[in-house]
Amino acid sequence: MATSTPTAGRASRPAASSGRGPLVIRRRRSSQGRRSATLTVLTALMLVYTLLPLLWLVINATKTQEGLLGSFGLWFSGDFALFDNIGTTFTYNDGIFVRWLLNTLLYVVAGAGGATLLATLAGYGLAKFDFPGKKAVFAVVIGAVAVPGTALAVPTFLMFAKMGLTDTPWSIVIPSLVSPFGLYLMWTFANDAVPKEILESARVDGSGEFRTFFRISLPLLAPGLVTVLLFNVVATWNNYFLPLIMLKNPDWYPLTVGLKEWNQQALTAGGEAVFNLVITGSLLTIIPLIAAFLLLQRYWQSGLAAGSVKE
Amino acid sequence: MVSEGYSNVRGGLAGRRRSWMGWQFVGPFMAVFALVFLAPIAYSIYLSLFRTRLIGGTSFVGADNYLGVLQDPQFWSAFGRVALFLVVQVPIMLFLALLVALAIDSGRLYGTAFFRISVFLPYAVPAVVATLMWGFMYGTRFGLIGNINEAFGLSLPDPLSPDLVLASIGNIVTWEFVGYNMLILYSALKVVNPSLYEAAALDGAGQLRIIWAIKLPALRGALVIATIFSIIGSFQLFNEPSILKTIAPNSVTTYFTPNFYAYSLSFAGQQFNYSATVAIVMGIITMIVAYIVQLRGMRKAV
Repeated sequence: MATSTPTAGRASRPAASSGRGPLVIRRRRSSQGRRSATLTVLTALMLVYTLLPLLWLVINATKTQEGLLGSFGLWFSGDFALFDNIGTTFTYNDGIFVRWLLNTLLYVVAGAGGATLLATLAGYGLAKFDFPGKKAVFAVVIGAVAVPGTALAVPTFLMFAKMGLTDTPWSIVIPSLVSPFGLYLMWTFANDAVPKEILESARVDGSGEFRTFFRISLPLLAPGLVTVLLFNVVATWNNYFLPLIMLKNPDWYPLTVGLKEWNQQALTAGGEAVFNLVITGSLLTIIPLIAAFLLLQRYWQSGLAAGSVKE
Repeated sequence: MVSEGYSNVRGGLAGRRRSWMGWQFVGPFMAVFALVFLAPIAYSIYLSLFRTRLIGGTSFVGADNYLGVLQDPQFWSAFGRVALFLVVQVPIMLFLALLVALAIDSGRLYGTAFFRISVFLPYAVPAVVATLMWGFMYGTRFGLIGNINEAFGLSLPDPLSPDLVLASIGNIVTWEFVGYNMLILYSALKVVNPSLYEAAALDGAGQLRIIWAIKLPALRGALVIATIFSIIGSFQLFNEPSILKTIAPNSVTTYFTPNFYAYSLSFAGQQFNYSATVAIVMGIITMIVAYIVQLRGMRKAV
């Protein structure tokens, strides 16, 4: 069964992996006995580095614009303005932040969802079928991983401009649909997770290939699929360069470009500085992703581990 | 229809049959891939061979744009900056990632799971938010640097000054990706057969010896992968400098990185042909460097 707490997980691991032999158990036990406080403290320095900026963000989201300028960065100022800030963030400029949030959700659902579906189908197809041109597909897709993604952005923009797609959601969703890394991960995962024998017996029973895929293979691919989905969600949620060049109309901005616009406002002549909203908006932007990573830990960590077996 | 096709050849003993069936699974991916990867590459190669002038229109210029880029001091200044970034930031980041991965894998930490997830967390933060956040903290006015200066009566150098801005960007990128790289390395360590450690311990090997003789060799493949990803990331650096420009406009030039240069050429200068050429040259350099690293890494592995 799934265990939620780390200690319970560790305790149950030897039992779960008893097939691997007694050495596993002995190692876990012996290492548990030699916990090192020194090493923990040294590694905690790294933790300070990674968590301190996030703490700074949380603290400063509780401050007013004046509080930001007049108080120490790592402690609260006099008045607690978090809820005011959140309220203002959602209502400022006729609630444009809500519009950006919905846009981001649209790009994530359509882009990351579509990318995961395409990568899963293709990774499975490469792992479980032999077809003409298979080697060429591999070569082209693996080669593409090395092509700097942003080098493609300018020609893609020019192409999309000719097709009349710029300044529409399509210009964000279509390029997000392709994830060579997701394809690679699903291919390695499908190789191991779906036994050939199951597919054979499904065929003997007269099940069509797509029916077999959705009824039998897809459940087996679930951990890999969650991993790929999560990384695609991060990629689309955090996408900045593509929307920056594709979109002119602020009504189609995702959160990332919107936040940058708010920050830039202070620089423009006559523009109003809204740093408290930039900071609160930033916090609201990262909460969903951090929550997703924390809640789905078990899936993506095992999915990544499976992907690395093949390196 | 499809399943009928299969039932016809079902007598075969081989597990897999060569047929077009696989294309029904791979086809949709490849169709979009062709549209957003192959077509733009072909189009930018086409663009790079032409030049558009206000008078005279578009004309074929052969390799002129390429010769122009190779003699362009702004391009080489941008390239020099990301090359410096690559040789300084990437080793620091990967070394830190390696230390944390080894510490977590050693099983000697209190709260292993907490460490693993907390170090990884910045990966979930968008580059925009990470840069704005660090940008504010760097601020001498209401940032932490300003606080420290005030509290101790110091005048620390401004991290966003032209001299230090590249190092400040290096810190932001390290913060964003150290956990991601840690996880790649940690996943590779998990695959090592525990009986190797057991045997080494029986032979009297200490922890450092085990790291040196077993763990580091086991990490070679993952390190090569992480290095290649980092090379690609460094060479296409754009988001962090472009957002820092909204905080420190005078420290970041329009040709700060090759990618920034290509962007400025296109969207401020309307020089699409030259911009496409810059992107292609940078893409070729990236692929060559990534290829060399891969060859060297793999040769050592044998």
